[in-house]
Amino acid sequence: MFGLSNLCLLLVILLNFFTLGSSRLVACIRAVALQGALLALLPILLHGFSPHAVLLATIALLLKGIFIPWLLLRAMNEVRIRRDVEPLIGYVPTLILGALITAAAFIFADFLPLQPQHQGGLFIPTALATLSAGFLLLMTRRKAITQVLGYLMLENGIFVFGILLSEAMPLLVEAGVLLDLLVGIFVMGIVMNHINREFSSLNTERLSALKE
Amino acid sequence: MIWCIAAALLLSLSGVPGLFLRRDGRGGEGLACLLVLVGVVCGFVGVGAGLWRGGEDLFTLPWSVPGGELALRLDPLSAIFLLPVLLIAGCGAVYGLGYWPQREHRDNGRQFRLFFGAIAGAIVILLTARNAILFLFAWEIMALSSYFLIVTEGEKEETRRAGFIYLIATHTGTLALFAMFVLLEQASGSFLFPAAASLPAAGATAVFLLGLFGFGLKAGLMPLHIWLPGAHAAAPSHASALMSGVMIKTGIYGLVRLTSFYSEIPPWWGGTLLALGAVSGIFGVAFAIAQHDIKRLLAYHSVENIGIIALGLGLALLGRSFDLPALALLGIAGALLHVVNHGLFKALLFLSAGSMIHATGSRDIDSYGGLLKRQPWTGICFLVGAVAICGLPPFNGFISEWLIYLGALRALDSGALTVQMAVLAAPALALIGALALACFVKVFGIAFLGEARSAAAAEAHEAPASMRLAMAPLLVACVWIGLLPFTVAPLLRQAALAWGGQEGAAAITTILAPLLWVGLYGWLLLALVALVAWWLRRRARRAPPPEATWGCGYLFPRASMQYTASSFADGLVELFRFGLRTERHAVHLDQLFPEPRAFHSHTPDSVLDRLLFPGFRGIARGFTWLRARVQNGLVAVYLFYVALTLFVLLLLLTTY
Repeated sequence: MFGLSNLCLLLVILLNFFTLGSSRLVACIRAVALQGALLALLPILLHGFSPHAVLLATIALLLKGIFIPWLLLRAMNEVRIRRDVEPLIGYVPTLILGALITAAAFIFADFLPLQPQHQGGLFIPTALATLSAGFLLLMTRRKAITQVLGYLMLENGIFVFGILLSEAMPLLVEAGVLLDLLVGIFVMGIVMNHINREFSSLNTERLSALKE
Repeated sequence: MIWCIAAALLLSLSGVPGLFLRRDGRGGEGLACLLVLVGVVCGFVGVGAGLWRGGEDLFTLPWSVPGGELALRLDPLSAIFLLPVLLIAGCGAVYGLGYWPQREHRDNGRQFRLFFGAIAGAIVILLTARNAILFLFAWEIMALSSYFLIVTEGEKEETRRAGFIYLIATHTGTLALFAMFVLLEQASGSFLFPAAASLPAAGATAVFLLGLFGFGLKAGLMPLHIWLPGAHAAAPSHASALMSGVMIKTGIYGLVRLTSFYSEIPPWWGGTLLALGAVSGIFGVAFAIAQHDIKRLLAYHSVENIGIIALGLGLALLGRSFDLPALALLGIAGALLHVVNHGLFKALLFLSAGSMIHATGSRDIDSYGGLLKRQPWTGICFLVGAVAICGLPPFNGFISEWLIYLGALRALDSGALTVQMAVLAAPALALIGALALACFVKVFGIAFLGEARSAAAAEAHEAPASMRLAMAPLLVACVWIGLLPFTVAPLLRQAALAWGGQEGAAAITTILAPLLWVGLYGWLLLALVALVAWWLRRRARRAPPPEATWGCGYLFPRASMQYTASSFADGLVELFRFGLRTERHAVHLDQLFPEPRAFHSHTPDSVLDRLLFPGFRGIARGFTWLRARVQNGLVAVYLFYVALTLFVLLLLLTTY
């Protein structure tokens, strides 16, 4: 079981890198969807086929793996963009930064005051790395769609943390977190729609045109 | 004590009935004045009764404020500060009837009377309070009331500026006082003031420094005097009299009270106060010489006199540290008597300056001239105040400065060199006195002698009866203390003992004994002056009338040929160039028949205008720059801050 979950986590990290380094939006959305689906497997791999874990996995798969990516792909088709052409920091520097952050996450995880059963595993470093990769994506990209992807990735990092606790955490809280995510994505969708209509572009930089 | 509480209530509420009366009518000004006077009489009865019994017991009432208690006590130390408060508040209220009548000041007359009463009442409570919370409560009411007194004429830009500077300064001081009282509470165990000489000196450094800052800011010790010149100049004259004569003394009261708590005093306390006092005294009077605005000038003299009081207090503290009762008692007696005296003669000077302003409508000394002929009463009042403030016999200023001189010379009794250095207070005091004399020769000469320098001064009228009546008690008090100084000796003795402990009881009686002789010499001097005046007058009558035989170019003198305030003071201002940095806007005359040229000089306050304003402006600019960098409107950067915060929090988690 541990071998499989570790494989999943490694794939998640690789998908982080892929998303950071890719300029094609479709590929990015698919990578994040795949990441979500892999994460949905984790509760079952970790805690076995308990009803709680299965329910959580199903909801996560439906939301992160299927529904939200579908929404994003639809939105992308509507606004007709394929690439995030001019990031604030180039793709290669972003990748290098991502690698550095991942390495830092692995080192940092050793210093965190953790429960003994969580120490040494891949979970905490992956969670931290995914979280930071999400932040990096949010910071460096200009298009609103890529920023939504950043939020999704951030949430994926938090989800990995949450899996460690899913024994202790009631279902309601987890469902609440997932619902939050869904609502967040909807709000972003509405914002995107409005940015697009006002400026006929999805660049969030235009939002600061009114600043003093 | 009941009498004092009644006085505080009557004073505080004296302006309230006026608020319900019509703005256009007399607006209850007579009623307010009557209430103040009744309150003042109650206060005098209370203080007199308290002194008769040699201090009163603690009077307490429960109060729902945490840590607070309505604890009041009147001891001789409070009494000696209370007497000038009551006298000046009463005189100010009567003066206001003529100086700030409701019919001429419809917009702010009622407001002014409300806060005039409130500040007087708050000071009475403050001086008798024995609980730190109650003290701070009264302190804040006093500070806010005086702010409203300063901004009475808030429509003027200069007034608002002075008000804001005062508000900032006073609240900075209050902040220090809050910290100080909390530390004091930790040392003594309750917010009740500890008994005299009951606390050990250990750990008192922070308390003393905070107290020195907080109380010094209110008193106007030199580097902290920033609010004083502007505020005293902006307020109406009788408010300036109350603020300068009484309110700034609450800072001195705080220092005196604070130092009385400790059983032993570290030597550097006295040394610090001596140094600050010398700086305040010398530079205060140097700045005063350079002023042209009569009220700013008087305000700088307040700084100078606070310096003299600090010299006395510093000597007293040194005496306590080195166990020299004669030094301690002379110092504290001089300081306390100077508190009273400065209150009296400074109020007299501000009120007579107000009378000049009332008559000519200007605060500029250069627009007066020849006022003695048109305002003889004001002139006499100002002259007595001026002689007193210069520390000359036979008036009251001399008595207190004489005590401080004696104290400074007593420092030589000690074997320790550090104490002997304190004798340098005597030459400092002499320098201050000489400069003050030069300054008041300038003011009296320019304003009251010579010819009128403006049309308004030429048509000046004598002050109305209410204003002259208000100045009379102050004048009498100044002369009284000067000529009959032994009458205040018992009060002084009680107050000094209340501060320094009872062991000097025998010493102080012998110390104050020569006051009888000093008073006698005062009478002799007065007789001598009268004799000389009579002789001169007789000779002048017999002398041949002056004829302009040669004239020397002065056959047709004009008012503009007289010395101006700038030119008279120029020599002394030059001497203090290094501290004053007077700005001189002169033009060089380079031809035989030059065009009309103008000259004027201006002396901004070194601390406020040259240090604090540029400094704060620089800091503000730095923060604006930083804000523009941090708050730059880029979403990505804000997200970076979020990530950074997360990272820092995680890092904190790992380290703890």
